[in-house]
Amino acid sequence: MLNWFHRLGSPKIFFEISGRWQVPLLVLSVLMLTGGAAWALLFVPPDYQQGHSVRIMYIHVPAAILAQSGYVMMAGAAAVFLIWRIKLADVAVKCIAPLGASITFLALVTGAIWGKPTWGTWWVWDARLTSTLVLFFLYIGVIALRSAMERQAGAGRACAILALVGVVNLPVIKFSVEWWYTLHQPASFSLTEKPAMPVEMWLPLLIMVVAYYLFFFAIWIMRIRNEILLREKNTDWVKQWLAVR
Amino acid sequence: MRFESLSAFFYMDGHGVYIWAAYGLTLVILAANLWWPMLARRNIIRTAKSAMLKGMNSQRPEDQS
Repeated sequence: MLNWFHRLGSPKIFFEISGRWQVPLLVLSVLMLTGGAAWALLFVPPDYQQGHSVRIMYIHVPAAILAQSGYVMMAGAAAVFLIWRIKLADVAVKCIAPLGASITFLALVTGAIWGKPTWGTWWVWDARLTSTLVLFFLYIGVIALRSAMERQAGAGRACAILALVGVVNLPVIKFSVEWWYTLHQPASFSLTEKPAMPVEMWLPLLIMVVAYYLFFFAIWIMRIRNEILLREKNTDWVKQWLAVR
Repeated sequence: MRFESLSAFFYMDGHGVYIWAAYGLTLVILAANLWWPMLARRNIIRTAKSAMLKGMNSQRPEDQS
């Protein structure tokens, strides 16, 4: 296990393995995104309370889920970097931050657009919305700190520590709909209970959630590979790889 | 199919504006996320290759005239 961990921690081996996975992952995710969106737009029945605006759920909920679990992944990579000093983990933190920020932005804006026809307002300062906005600023903070310290040693450590400190925000987001009385509805999905929605509504949502995850991983891998090429450009294996491009 | 006509599909009982704005934005953000690393990769390869060529040339003293 530890051996495997260290092998994957080597930029060269990660680059080789991920090279085989990135295209199938990307193709599968784009197919699922297209199919899921077509299903959500054309075939899902209108909600008895919300009408057609429920179709926004299929792009908003996966984005919101991924905004949070993307942060968990970033914090996980940050912890790996701080504990084991694996450089690839630092690359992973650097590469996931802009991706996570853009998905959080997407969750916030699609949520605002969905809020207008269903709640009658674009934005309220309730706990769920505010803590998600804080999540967005945490991602931006990690990006800003990196670009401010880019040329200094310790940039990776500082970003990793900031990413870990921000983890306190995650339970606030998760339980905000239960701790406070808010406008935002409680989770529509749970790992432990059967969904309250009929199957023709939750199945396309499940497809979209999986598709967003696959897309997220594919883009993360593409960004990590670019960063590896930049950092290892003076090594023999990168020169050999470049020679045949 | 839940819609009787194309215009009903675009209108969606008045929610069309919101739904299409949200889907449009999603498309733009996801496409940008895909396009960005592809562009970066092309630039990295191009820069690295020209640097390698330059390195090879400067190693030959007769080229320095």
